[in-house]
Amino acid sequence: MNVGIAFKTIVKKEIYRFIRIWPQTLLPPAITTTLYFLIFGKLIGDRIGTINGASYMDYIVPGIILMSVISHSYANVVSSFYSTKFQRNIEELLVAPVPNWVILSGYVSGGIIRGLLVGMVVALISLLFADFAVHNITIALVTAVLTATLFALAGFINAILAESFDDISIIPNFVLTPLSYLGGVFYSVDMLPSIWQTISMGNPILYMVNAFRYGLIGVSDIDIQLTFIITVGFIVTLTAFSLYLLHKGIGIKN
Amino acid sequence: MNALSICNLRKTYSNGFEALKGIDLQVEAGDFFALLGPNGAGKSTAIGIISSLVTATSGSVSIFGHDLKTERNLAKSCIGLVPQEINFNQFDTVKSIVLNQAGYYGTPRKLALQRTEHCLKQMDLWDKRDTISRRLSGGMKRRVMIARAMVHAPKLLILDEPTAGVDIEIRRSMWQMMQEVNQQGTTIILTTHYLEEAESLCRNIAIIDGGRIVEHSDMASLLARLHIDHFVLDLAQPLTTAPTIDGCHIELVSDKVLNVAIPKEIGLNYLFSQLTAQAIQVMSLKNKTNRLEQLFMDLVTSK
Repeated sequence: MNVGIAFKTIVKKEIYRFIRIWPQTLLPPAITTTLYFLIFGKLIGDRIGTINGASYMDYIVPGIILMSVISHSYANVVSSFYSTKFQRNIEELLVAPVPNWVILSGYVSGGIIRGLLVGMVVALISLLFADFAVHNITIALVTAVLTATLFALAGFINAILAESFDDISIIPNFVLTPLSYLGGVFYSVDMLPSIWQTISMGNPILYMVNAFRYGLIGVSDIDIQLTFIITVGFIVTLTAFSLYLLHKGIGIKN
Repeated sequence: MNALSICNLRKTYSNGFEALKGIDLQVEAGDFFALLGPNGAGKSTAIGIISSLVTATSGSVSIFGHDLKTERNLAKSCIGLVPQEINFNQFDTVKSIVLNQAGYYGTPRKLALQRTEHCLKQMDLWDKRDTISRRLSGGMKRRVMIARAMVHAPKLLILDEPTAGVDIEIRRSMWQMMQEVNQQGTTIILTTHYLEEAESLCRNIAIIDGGRIVEHSDMASLLARLHIDHFVLDLAQPLTTAPTIDGCHIELVSDKVLNVAIPKEIGLNYLFSQLTAQAIQVMSLKNKTNRLEQLFMDLVTSK
């Protein structure tokens, strides 16, 4: 059994799925982020001035790109895997000799690819509004890939545990969106009162946004090494939990 | 070698329902095997466990000598499953459904394309290969599932009510296809509610009821146990009362139709000679019920 072929099949299927429905997957982030750049960056940003030496437009670009990566890597896996469960075509994979880690890595790779593709679309749009030299491309890319991986894994777990379509919208609406907006996308954490600064430190998205911002414009409120340790720690934990769920057949087998 | 060996298989669901109460079953390689039972008897649970969709509570299953617990991937690679309900992505094309399944079994792309073409042609679906599957008719969707199950050339093909809801013409062509696949060496396990289908296709049979195997034998010896045949006779002239013939039970259904129950040892010649003696002319004759259906009802109602 060549597991490489099975992995490639899942990834290709996932890419084909989100390309086929591009008006739902690739177009909306382009429009939404254009509005963000216009309203927050251009209209309001011009009145705010600079944050940590960067113009407001330059300051918010990394956060908006990463916010798109987060929401789309999550959304791709949660909607695709839950639909697969709902339509019962998960059985195609369960009857075949596909190891659980291949199922997981296939779906997560699909989520990472969509997250990064959307991030690239948003980054291209940002070029119309912002003007900065990339500070450290490696840190920016590694942060983007790790963030996409983490949230694709979270989407996978959500899909496995979900019992209805309502269950796959609860986490994005009530957890991801507030954490993203409170993750320092539009402001520096130093601007908050000290109690909120402390509370914000419990938000993992704050670390990733700052690491990505450091990679793009060289500005961060957080230690970059700590960001990588936290993100990798989350990835390892979520991977282990996902494999446990698949092994036990929770949510996918009787 | 056995294609399938099941030993003391039990399944109790989380709600406490005991679907399988320790079943033992052997299916020889090359067999065309019928697994029958009323709704809720445990057939689908057994098939679910064999195909890794349901986790057994206890017991063992081996496919062509590969234990499903210890040699899971080897065992899985021997099986092709056609489930009861449509379970492919209805937004995918026919070709991609079959081709992807080959990929899940690790089939190299070139071989996968060849096999996909072969299976779709065999199922008479090649012309529909680029059609989005939700646009297919019910019969075509079932054939897509058969093509998908066969694309990795399984040694054991499990068909869970494959002809449910398809018209008689398609059903007959599917029977022919199943026979061809079996003749090419693939072991087939068939569950069906059309007992005529099981009787005409299968060589061996198991009947499951209430989570237990209540019958496990070859079709010929099972059918030989029938003592009474039931026939419907169409008459040339109307009658007002049913004729009386020793040893037979006869009912007048309408003025020109009789139901006759006749013990095997008496035979039809005796029946016809007696009817002729009473000046009753028979225009045509047919079996009232399928023979297996009668046995099936006897077995599942005699518990």
